[in-house]
Amino acid sequence: MTTTVEIGPMLLAILPEIGLVLLAALILVLDLVTRARTNRNFLGWITATGLVVIGVLSAVFAQPGATPAVIWGGMLRLDNAGFLFSMLFISGAALTVLFAMESESIRERGEFYILLLVSTLGMCLMASATDLVMLYLAIETTSIPLYALAVFVTVDQKSVESGIKYLLFGAMSSAVMLFGFSFLYGFTGTTNISNIAQGLSSASIPLVAVLAVLALVLVGFAFKISAVPFHFWAPDVYEGSPTPVAGFLSTASKAAGFAVLLRVMFVAFPGYSSIWTIIVAIMATASMFVGNLLALTQKNLKRLLAYSSIAQAGYILIGVAADTQFGASGAVYYLMAYLVTNLAAFGIVTVVGRVIGSDEISAYAGLNRRSPGLALALLAALLSLGGIQPFAGFFGKLLVFGAAIQQGMLWLALVGILNSIIGLYYYLTVLKVVYTYRSEEEARPMLSVPGWKVALVLCLVGIVTLGVVMAPFYNLSTAAATAFGVY
Amino acid sequence: MLPFLSLIIFIPMAAGIIILLLPAERREWIRRTALAAVVLDLLLSAWVYATYNIAAGGYQFLEQLPWVPALGISYHVGVDGISTPLVLMAGVVVFCGVLISWNVQERPREFFAFLMFLASSVFGVFSSLDLFMLFFFFELAVFPKYLMIVMYGWPKTREYGGMKLTLYLFIGSVVALIGALAIYFGSGKYTFDLLELAKAGFNVEFQKLWFPFVFLGFAILGGIFPFHSWAPDGHVAAPTAISMLLAGVEMKVGAFAALRVGIELLPEGARSWAWLILILATINIVYGAFIAMIQSDFKYVIGFSSVSHMGLVLLGFATLNEKGLLGSGMQMFSHGVMTACFFAVVGMVYDRAHTREITKLGCFFKKMPWAAVGFIVAGLVSMGMPGFSGFNAEFPIFMGAWQATPKLPDLLGGGQISGAVVAIIAIMGVVITAAYILLVARRVFFGDLPQEYSEVSDVTVFDKLAIGLLSAIMIGLGWLPGMMAPMVQSGVKSILAILGGA
Repeated sequence: MTTTVEIGPMLLAILPEIGLVLLAALILVLDLVTRARTNRNFLGWITATGLVVIGVLSAVFAQPGATPAVIWGGMLRLDNAGFLFSMLFISGAALTVLFAMESESIRERGEFYILLLVSTLGMCLMASATDLVMLYLAIETTSIPLYALAVFVTVDQKSVESGIKYLLFGAMSSAVMLFGFSFLYGFTGTTNISNIAQGLSSASIPLVAVLAVLALVLVGFAFKISAVPFHFWAPDVYEGSPTPVAGFLSTASKAAGFAVLLRVMFVAFPGYSSIWTIIVAIMATASMFVGNLLALTQKNLKRLLAYSSIAQAGYILIGVAADTQFGASGAVYYLMAYLVTNLAAFGIVTVVGRVIGSDEISAYAGLNRRSPGLALALLAALLSLGGIQPFAGFFGKLLVFGAAIQQGMLWLALVGILNSIIGLYYYLTVLKVVYTYRSEEEARPMLSVPGWKVALVLCLVGIVTLGVVMAPFYNLSTAAATAFGVY
Repeated sequence: MLPFLSLIIFIPMAAGIIILLLPAERREWIRRTALAAVVLDLLLSAWVYATYNIAAGGYQFLEQLPWVPALGISYHVGVDGISTPLVLMAGVVVFCGVLISWNVQERPREFFAFLMFLASSVFGVFSSLDLFMLFFFFELAVFPKYLMIVMYGWPKTREYGGMKLTLYLFIGSVVALIGALAIYFGSGKYTFDLLELAKAGFNVEFQKLWFPFVFLGFAILGGIFPFHSWAPDGHVAAPTAISMLLAGVEMKVGAFAALRVGIELLPEGARSWAWLILILATINIVYGAFIAMIQSDFKYVIGFSSVSHMGLVLLGFATLNEKGLLGSGMQMFSHGVMTACFFAVVGMVYDRAHTREITKLGCFFKKMPWAAVGFIVAGLVSMGMPGFSGFNAEFPIFMGAWQATPKLPDLLGGGQISGAVVAIIAIMGVVITAAYILLVARRVFFGDLPQEYSEVSDVTVFDKLAIGLLSAIMIGLGWLPGMMAPMVQSGVKSILAILGGA
């Protein structure tokens, strides 16, 4: 079971994490050294380039082998799942950096990039952690920089409020989750999640106790993925925090939550799958309905995207609830699609918000005449969220609905479908404003720095590629799903 | 041999992308690119139609490429006797759609680009031999349709009509998608290939359960009662070229997909639900015709007439016999051409009169004789006059309906519906059609010319070309049904084989 790994390969295995630490240190030094300079846009460019380099190097040198290896004394596991998610987080961070350079209040401040890198580091560890202690540390490493990022624009009252809200909710839920972890340790005498599964099946633990533990642990995970009923923070925090941060929160941070959820549920609780699948299915249903119904009435695009992201978490949970390899790969594929899609959406909100000075949907009137490219990008992003071909979201939805049908959970697929219809309605409402309404400002062009264009084009390429050339990405997500299941 | 079908599918898509990349001021380039694409498509689809080997039958012009092998998804195209005429029909309608939109003034870049994407979508569906691919192209039409309606449609109802249409069709397609996924998993073959799935041999209970999902899901786009109300609202709200495509081609996309996936994959399901489709289709025919008669808006008349005529197509499906299916195949082609012609004429009148109130119009025959002749030809087709394509389509449907003997389910007594009664009721629908068509033709094109329209100009050369082509096809097919019937018959034969020679 435990393949012994030499220290050299072990170091190589955590190449992404090492790279992130080094990059953060480099930015810290550069930030201090160049305080006096006036134009410090290069900080963002260096961060983005550094992230790309880390991604490429990891893909070349840190690819997991065919058989997963447990490394660092059972703390981490080098497998396809952890690797794929790390790549996702790093790409998400790079895109976020490029979008953040659009915002004056962020782009010249080194600490923004450092916090983002540290948070990404935490996410990478979350995705490969196999020990409760490591898992908790990783979650906190992810969350604490995010609290600071949410409150980053301190002159903005809303940003401060949202940061505090996020901190309080986050601290609460992670405390509850830790409580659950301590029970798990108490019942089984181990913190290693694969041993926990054995411990739970061998010891005669009352069902009620396991249920309670499941509930406590799920609180923490549900908070991370903003699933109902632990979603209350999301709209306020997304609306208040700087838009690129909101994009990062809704994509990479959510994906990290799902990575942990998939691993812990599949590995630590396989014996109780009949129980947790029901809990997850209910959470999925509630998230879809609450997210979509509340999104219907939103006037602010950031809030609308926040509710839509709650609903999206619901769709992804369908894949988790199916409790099959097919379902898990559907969830992973969906997360990949969702990452590029939602980052594009928030990126557009960043750009338009800076030029127009408002995130209200009505402010998007005439966008098609003002900037046809941006309008088309928004169209792609919103329709991808709505699950329309030829964009990425459709294939993700197809997979998770398929997983539900395969498991005989037709009702869950039908709930998903009903919600897709509600979802499409409000996405189209936004597009209607963009394409048909006129505005007095429509003759003025959009001026901005080039960073976001690179990011937006990358996102769009991602959206279309994931929606048209599915095979290689589907194979990746299947490999990741297999890694979650094989222990 | 050239990959004809792929060219037909992807030429418009490429043209659409090129158009989007052109600068918006280059109107001339934009519309010429669109015209070049549709002319190529028309020629290629005519070539496919002309060279389809009827004696050999079956699926021809096959191409297959792996798409997502892990899930059994492939890019698989091919056409049979049912879909070949539809590809040709789509080619004709799209070509005419570009012709009559030649003078679009507002944002022509987006207009022609989205029109091209829509064309790509319909060709893709008609030639799909893979269930996933069929869905892919089916929903590829969603965003062009919606945006074209809300951007270029009739200002009074475009937001309502566009949203209604999009949501109705999306509901239909996701319901069908659920059915398709059930078929995928239920087959145990883990493939989306239609030819493979057709051999899966689903048990009767499975077929009975999932047939309504697939058939009704797709038939919503075919305008089946009681889910038809998107059609008139959507058609009226849409700009002329889109109305032509929506009513002419898109409704056939729905009916075609219902046939190909619903009836061909789940034949036993079709047999046990035939009674319901028969009843709904009959309601479509009669109810649609009645509602069309009381409309005061020229375009709504045609919108409801489409509902009525699509009822005939669905009625032909429900008979599940040779004559009925043959008639449906012919009707899909004939109605596509006819309704495109109707909407083109309505658009020409509206562009000049700026109203569609039938009572305010009059004597347009003097002002635009081509349009009037086009309308009358299409009107005679829709009445099913001998010598026009509609007769050769509708007559077999009524014969088929007369012979049909669908069983009611045990729950409803298990008796049989009398096909003769259904046929007689359906024929009543044609009588009503004659009434409203003659009424509208007289009011709009004859009588006294209202004072305000004395300065109205004639239609353009391109408009005349479009009307001429559409009318020629309708009359040609009326006199020479042999140009199409044998081909459709070969397609029907293979469906009957699936149905077990019923």
